[in-house]
Amino acid sequence: MGQLRVLVLAGGISHERDVSLKSGRRVADALTDAGALAEIKEPDGELIGHLMATRPDVVWSTLHGAVGEDGTLQDLLQLAGIAFVGSDAAGARLAWNKPIAKVLLAKEGISSPQSITLPKSSFRELNAESVLAMVGTELGFPVIVKPAKSGSAQGFSKIEEPSKFAKAMIDAFAYCDQVMIEKFVAGTELSVSVLDLGNGPTALPAVEIVPESGKFGYDERYTPGETNYYVPARLDATVLEQAAQIALLAHKALGLSQISRVDFIVDDSGKPWFLEANVTPGMTETSLLPQAVLAEGLQLPETYLELAKRART
Amino acid sequence: MNKTRAGGVTNFDTWKHAYAARAENLAVSEVRALFSVVSRPEVVSLAGGMPDVAALDHELIENAFASMMATRGNYALQYGGGQGDLRLREQIQEIMALEGVHGSVEDITVTTGSQHALELLADLFLDQGDVVLVEAPSYVGAVGIFRHKEAHIEHVFTDEQGISPEALAEAADLLASQGKKIKLLYLVPNFANPSGVTLTAERRVRVLEVCKERGILIIEDNPYGQLYFGKEPPKAMRSLDEENVVYLGSFSKILSPGLRVGYVLAPPAIREKLVLANESAILSPATFAQMLVSEYLSIADWQKQIATFRGLYQTKRDSALSAVEKFLPTIHTTRPDGGFFLWLTLPEGLNSKEMLPLAVNELVAYTPGTAFFGDGRGAENIRICFSHPTAENVGVGIERLSRVLNQQIDLIETFGKTD
Repeated sequence: MGQLRVLVLAGGISHERDVSLKSGRRVADALTDAGALAEIKEPDGELIGHLMATRPDVVWSTLHGAVGEDGTLQDLLQLAGIAFVGSDAAGARLAWNKPIAKVLLAKEGISSPQSITLPKSSFRELNAESVLAMVGTELGFPVIVKPAKSGSAQGFSKIEEPSKFAKAMIDAFAYCDQVMIEKFVAGTELSVSVLDLGNGPTALPAVEIVPESGKFGYDERYTPGETNYYVPARLDATVLEQAAQIALLAHKALGLSQISRVDFIVDDSGKPWFLEANVTPGMTETSLLPQAVLAEGLQLPETYLELAKRART
Repeated sequence: MNKTRAGGVTNFDTWKHAYAARAENLAVSEVRALFSVVSRPEVVSLAGGMPDVAALDHELIENAFASMMATRGNYALQYGGGQGDLRLREQIQEIMALEGVHGSVEDITVTTGSQHALELLADLFLDQGDVVLVEAPSYVGAVGIFRHKEAHIEHVFTDEQGISPEALAEAADLLASQGKKIKLLYLVPNFANPSGVTLTAERRVRVLEVCKERGILIIEDNPYGQLYFGKEPPKAMRSLDEENVVYLGSFSKILSPGLRVGYVLAPPAIREKLVLANESAILSPATFAQMLVSEYLSIADWQKQIATFRGLYQTKRDSALSAVEKFLPTIHTTRPDGGFFLWLTLPEGLNSKEMLPLAVNELVAYTPGTAFFGDGRGAENIRICFSHPTAENVGVGIERLSRVLNQQIDLIETFGKTD
């Protein structure tokens, strides 16, 4: 059998383009190290023609943002009958929409912080000041304001008082036309990656995130030295086991495949609160999923190659 | 990547404890990451200050390359001297003379772009906390260097006639009374980056007087002086004062920034240190690039090429101003007589940095005004670079920018102004 031909998609026109390019390069390098023939391609007007002409064995998308994560790309690949790593269109759609994922997982008994999601139009119709006053009163401060569909903490704010609402809303709506306002839960930030190499989904060691600034924002995610990562997390074993089970449950309930990453806050009582699930986790040098793979005792090249091979079956 | 060991902790930077304090500012940023989209062909970039190198006759470069390799190939491939190639320095003399600047070839030092000359000068003159006076706004690359040297950057009031001599004197005297050491005035007198404004002849004289009286060295950065639309700008400040002005020039805008060849004309004592500093930093500026520029200047009609650039950029400037009038009729813009840039002032309450994600959605990129200040100002400004896109796309980009502004206005009307 010849070399596995993997087309790695990276870049695109999204707010996370830079992260995607870095992720794509890391994935392609690891696949090449493992013996695959990896090609990196940007999604553009020639992509479909290129796919149909070359018909790669597998596509691995590291596209962050709408086209890569909202199911569009997966739908097209499914239609073309081209294998790809990761979740199918339906799973991607559910995970990409944070409010919908929360509702679905609530039915599975998974707790997430109380929140409300509002489109831009609702503020025009209902008077923004009144809406936000009511939301603030009901949720209580602090709250987290974030785009309902986005990643890398872009457009994300923690606000402590009503006077800060306006700027936070404007920042979030710059990224997405729906904004989620979520009750802030104090605690430890935790990330659990789920990996399926053919024997069913497995929760990898949890990564505990301790940013030096206290906020895990864009800069803290992608500047080496700004955040300390503890793997496995320094939490009680029963808490970690609980988080692992929730991550697996979320992976299954949302219909995800092969890889995903579930983010939590663990409060002071040890309760994990689900924040979001990611179908296209970051794969950069500081990203969480690669750390968890290594902590499991696996090597990135072999693991990524196995994922690519399994995507074909 | 660093291996994360089971049971371990990592921050992915083993040497975090070892960096110099001044490395603190060298970090990724969300705003910088958003600029990643400018390389996409769908995006009209009004952001980077890039010349339109497609308008350069590439055959001229190919001929210069062939001639260089045939006549001085071994020399071009070898190390060179720290001051730069003598023949190129003689040619630089001719170019500077076009703007009234006369100096000895002995006082010219070739650098890796004029940005490198600025870096060397900042290194020679600035200790932590020393004051550099600059225009308001000032060139982002200069602000970056001065910040990295941990200097105190003081912006001086600047209007459509350039930096104000009165404000300059006032700022210098105030800072001196506070015990600050004022070392340098840095300015781009012709078609300034980012404002596009040109310092008037009268003010040039006054600025020279103010600085001479106070012992402040002037760094005159002149990359755009030859790119005038119609009337030539006033003669360079260096043409009026040989002792108190260090003059920077560049081939980046009149030939190619990819070659990275610039130069500095300095009084002998400063030049002596510049050459030593140049050698210490890089041994010698790239001989290959110097030879190529030199050969181009020898065999090509480079003045004709500059005239071509003038006509092209004037057309693009006109397109930019027409589009601003059509799509952004309430926005104030500077009206440059040369160079690459318009400087827009937005209505109160709009924040050019906060709007960047919306610009990505609309497939247009610009530079927020905050990049051109060392003190946090500039949120109400946008720099538009019209030199690189086609004249048509300059208009398309500004139309898209108008949609961005309208969306931001809509958000502000919905949620109220932010401080």
